[in-house]
Amino acid sequence: MTEPTDTAIRVRGLRKSYAGVPAVDGLDLDVRTGEVFALLGPNGAGKTTTVEILEGYRHRDAGDVSVLGHDPQSAGAGWRKRIGIVLQSSGGHDEITVEELVGHFAGYYPGARDPDEVIAAVGLDEKRRTRARHLSGGQRRRLDVALGILGHPALLFLDEPTTGFDPEARREFWALITSLADGGTTIILTTHYLDEAEHLADRLGVITAGRIVALDTPDRLGGRDQDQAIVGWTEDGVPRTARTSEPTALVAELSARLGAEVPALTVTRPTLEDVYLRLIDGAATTASAHPSPSTARSTIQPADPQEPVPS
Amino acid sequence: MSSLIRTGPDRRPHTASRPSTPRIAAARTRLEIAMYFRERDSVIFSFLFPIIMLGIFAVAFSEQIGPDEGPIDFAQYFLPGMVASGIALVSFQTMALSLAIEREDGTLKRLRGTPMPPMAYFLGKIGMILVVGVAQIALLLAVAALAFGAELPTEPDRWLTFAWCYALGTAAGTVLGIAFSSVPRSAKSASAVVVGPLIILQFISGVFFVYTDLPSWLQNIASVFPLKWTAQGMRSVFLPDHFEDVEVSGSWQHGSTALVLAVWLILGLIVCVRTFRWRRRDDG
Repeated sequence: MTEPTDTAIRVRGLRKSYAGVPAVDGLDLDVRTGEVFALLGPNGAGKTTTVEILEGYRHRDAGDVSVLGHDPQSAGAGWRKRIGIVLQSSGGHDEITVEELVGHFAGYYPGARDPDEVIAAVGLDEKRRTRARHLSGGQRRRLDVALGILGHPALLFLDEPTTGFDPEARREFWALITSLADGGTTIILTTHYLDEAEHLADRLGVITAGRIVALDTPDRLGGRDQDQAIVGWTEDGVPRTARTSEPTALVAELSARLGAEVPALTVTRPTLEDVYLRLIDGAATTASAHPSPSTARSTIQPADPQEPVPS
Repeated sequence: MSSLIRTGPDRRPHTASRPSTPRIAAARTRLEIAMYFRERDSVIFSFLFPIIMLGIFAVAFSEQIGPDEGPIDFAQYFLPGMVASGIALVSFQTMALSLAIEREDGTLKRLRGTPMPPMAYFLGKIGMILVVGVAQIALLLAVAALAFGAELPTEPDRWLTFAWCYALGTAAGTVLGIAFSSVPRSAKSASAVVVGPLIILQFISGVFFVYTDLPSWLQNIASVFPLKWTAQGMRSVFLPDHFEDVEVSGSWQHGSTALVLAVWLILGLIVCVRTFRWRRRDDG
């Protein structure tokens, strides 16, 4: 199979059902070489099924899939050398220390990264001689990331990589991912954290009911750039807001009326989260699987960090 | 985590050696041995268990056992059973438990996502079982001889019998352990599902009880399974010649022992190849 080298992943008409219930239902996707692509969606939307088909873990029912020019369900060790996988759940090797495990996994790859360098890069330098059993949830996740990037992958899969991270660790993780992307690694990320997706991703795909319902850059997703802005200010001691597609004109008018500096002026666009929730609600109501928007809304809360739910 | 990796895809490998199946298998063996001995449960309940049991037998029963023309100490009599028990624990129990747990906790899934050759994984398990098994038998024999006065054979043909019984028993136990690892529905139930049947088997296979004292229907059930045959083979190694007459068949049955163990080994291999899974049953 030959692919244009600027396409890392190409998916057409992907379908996968479990016991007759479709989990992925005609999904199309293109991921360009070198981009960071985030897949968003509620639990059960088909994110993990899609990603695990791309990783070669699951067999599809129908559709065409090409990952780095190969069909993942028949690709061999040569292909696996070029991908890195950070699974959603992690465990095992409990009694092995960080440096032992990273050093061991380095032996699986030709041209592996230097284990010491990788341990330092994921911030586990002080835990080198700690057994995996004694790592915190976030540290264990960083160990997973270390094992995922050891082989110098051309394509890195990150399935909810920062679940259980504290905010500082998440920022540090973002810096690491950014540096990998700068080095040319293509990255597929699934996450429940919209700030994470917005910070890291070149493009986002929103998946509900097994299909991509929106796909764009973070600042344009779901027509976000076309959305009405919300202008807030204070007039006669009362906070006011107005929605407008012409915020600049409104601010000029306010300035003329209230003086050069409009008191407590804010101009905001809908956040990615606002757009995302609208997309999910819309998909849920049109699909009529969840006719009540409140039902749909309840399914899109970020997963409890202590208890990752497979989607 | 803030220090960045700025190495491009064409960065030179930090090591010149290319990964090969033997090299990775050797690395996996070392890792498996470390995991085995760092897990206190496995050290007590599979590595030391036969040695502890032998100590209990030796201390609890001070009288002698066997035919009138030449009874022997209990410790001597139960030594072959403890050797057979050790083989079953280290090969079958260790394999079935570790695979069930590694399938459940995602270790297998993670490994499957790397270029590690699957054969290297199994060779690593087998290497670990050989190293742990030989260490266990050596310790067991040393304790039996030095602490409890058991006499070890000096004839080379007895040690030859020991070698093939040990090799066949361990090989069969290992593949059956791999095959059986798919039976437990979860890691939580694994130890009960694996250890329970093995304990029953030890009671009816001449490990904890004198085999000839069992009712014949229980003997018949036990004869289906490999443990009875490794125990009998080990009796032929460690008991005096005149004990052969008190065996059920009046013979050590070396031919049947080799045949039964070989059949189990082949059956186990077939089941392994057909049923082995890298992921949990409920994982797609």
